[in-house]
Amino acid sequence: MTALLNNRYAIVAALAVVIAILPFTFPSSYYLRVASLVWVSAFASIGLNVLMGKAGQVSLGHAAFFGIGAYSTAIGPAHLGLPSWASLVIGACVSGLLAYLVGRPILRLKGHYLAIATLGFGVLVALVITTESRWTGGPDGMPVAKLTVFGWRIGTAYAWYWLSGAFLLLGAWIALNLDDTPTGRALLALHDSEVAARVVGIDVAGLKLRAFVIAAVYASIAGSLLAMMNGFVNPDLAGFQHSVELVTMVVLGGLGSIVGSIVGAAVLVVLPQALTVFQEYENLMLGFIIIVAMVFMRDGIVPMASKLIASAR
Amino acid sequence: MLAVKNIGISFGALKAIDDVSFSASAGQILTVIGPNGAGKTTLFNVISGVYVASHGSVELGGEDVTSLGPDALAARGLSRTFQNLQIFQRMTVVQNVMVGRHLKERRNLFADLLRLPSVGRQNRETREAALQLLDEVGLRDKADVLAGDLSYGGCKRLEIARALATGPRVLLLDEPAAGCNAVETEDIDRLICRVADKGIAVVLVEHDMKLVMKISHRILVLDRGRFLAEGTPAEVRANPVVHQAYLGNRGAKEVQGA
Repeated sequence: MTALLNNRYAIVAALAVVIAILPFTFPSSYYLRVASLVWVSAFASIGLNVLMGKAGQVSLGHAAFFGIGAYSTAIGPAHLGLPSWASLVIGACVSGLLAYLVGRPILRLKGHYLAIATLGFGVLVALVITTESRWTGGPDGMPVAKLTVFGWRIGTAYAWYWLSGAFLLLGAWIALNLDDTPTGRALLALHDSEVAARVVGIDVAGLKLRAFVIAAVYASIAGSLLAMMNGFVNPDLAGFQHSVELVTMVVLGGLGSIVGSIVGAAVLVVLPQALTVFQEYENLMLGFIIIVAMVFMRDGIVPMASKLIASAR
Repeated sequence: MLAVKNIGISFGALKAIDDVSFSASAGQILTVIGPNGAGKTTLFNVISGVYVASHGSVELGGEDVTSLGPDALAARGLSRTFQNLQIFQRMTVVQNVMVGRHLKERRNLFADLLRLPSVGRQNRETREAALQLLDEVGLRDKADVLAGDLSYGGCKRLEIARALATGPRVLLLDEPAAGCNAVETEDIDRLICRVADKGIAVVLVEHDMKLVMKISHRILVLDRGRFLAEGTPAEVRANPVVHQAYLGNRGAKEVQGA
């Protein structure tokens, strides 16, 4: 079982089976929507996990890239007459480039300082989105054109379920590929001992920057997908609370665990839906559950579970 | 191979290293000794680019490398181990050494992300090379153990294997035998000699005088950051200045008795 959790073919195959079977257990299309939301959030969370779990660097402003991706698919078709899919690609490129430019100076910082710098960056982007209302619709947000691919209009809950599921599979596969490659090993090394990593010749600054760019591109694509799925964007997508949610997904699921990112995203998307029975105490319960989970499963859900399975044998 | 000229570094008012010069040649073992606080580890940190020298220069194979960082120095053939272990705990033993091969590998982010067939081929080559190095340091049977689970002596040897994997011309070893028992120390001692026999310039910091006197070609003595003496083990042993300064009388006995 633990061996399976470490085999990328097994993980992707299992994930594909889950994605394929799940819709048949759903009583209504509401569940399809929730599941699609999980896939999209998991996609962003996987990217952030490359930065946080593998390279060991934190970003508290990651929703900024999510927001850039979301708004690019809103602004592209509405203001520039671009097709939605091209807007997604352009958004990902812009996010990657911005991550490169911003990351160069701020990734020199460590620990709390890096956290504050990324937080500042996130606040800045959210502010720009809120104030540039001629382009973004301001605090009220703006509608997003439906995605059309080769003349097919992707609009139904089913279509979005399959599309987001396919993206998640691809995203998980690419992130899993990193393990046990020169880049993946260098990332782990950097996380364990920065000075030792430098001594064996690893360009630590360049490597952190790559991880940051990868994480930004993932978040941006996830943002684009969510925007087109919802048909609407608002500045909350780029806001601080969303950044914190993304970090929580990564940490709760398990730092460095790609499966963990998916589980973390599932918990953070599904739990609030399930907790609506508590009405106004919903957020209180959510916070409480997260605190308890972190106290008793400090390594995160998936690493903890695989340890339990290993020790049960 | 390695030439250190009038090097110095200050932390505030403290001159941790003050005007130290020496050189190490290929295939030779040069050991730096001195009482605690003599600046031995600081000297290593300056040479390996972890700290930046306040004055003086470091040359590697004739090239001035004074201002280069550790990664650039590694690319030019200088590697080191650490007194306080710096192994990659969450990776396996063989993966630690594979990281050491980083500079020898073709690195392409997109090939890695897409796991092109070339990545798998290269992985097998790197692993094979890493296993051979583990053979040399006697850790082959521990290849797939988590590095964090190794014994202290095992970690020391792993660090040497990882440093060797970078293909160094100069290897700095910071107290490789510290905390090792007699048998482990003897293993390390043979290992260091084998490394030097390959034509690598070995610079050693070590407290175990028996080991130092046995394997060193030359010895450099530091005291409170300053050059005190340099010579062959026999010369250093006979030097009265060293006796005086180095750990008082008990230390003198230690130097002589070895």
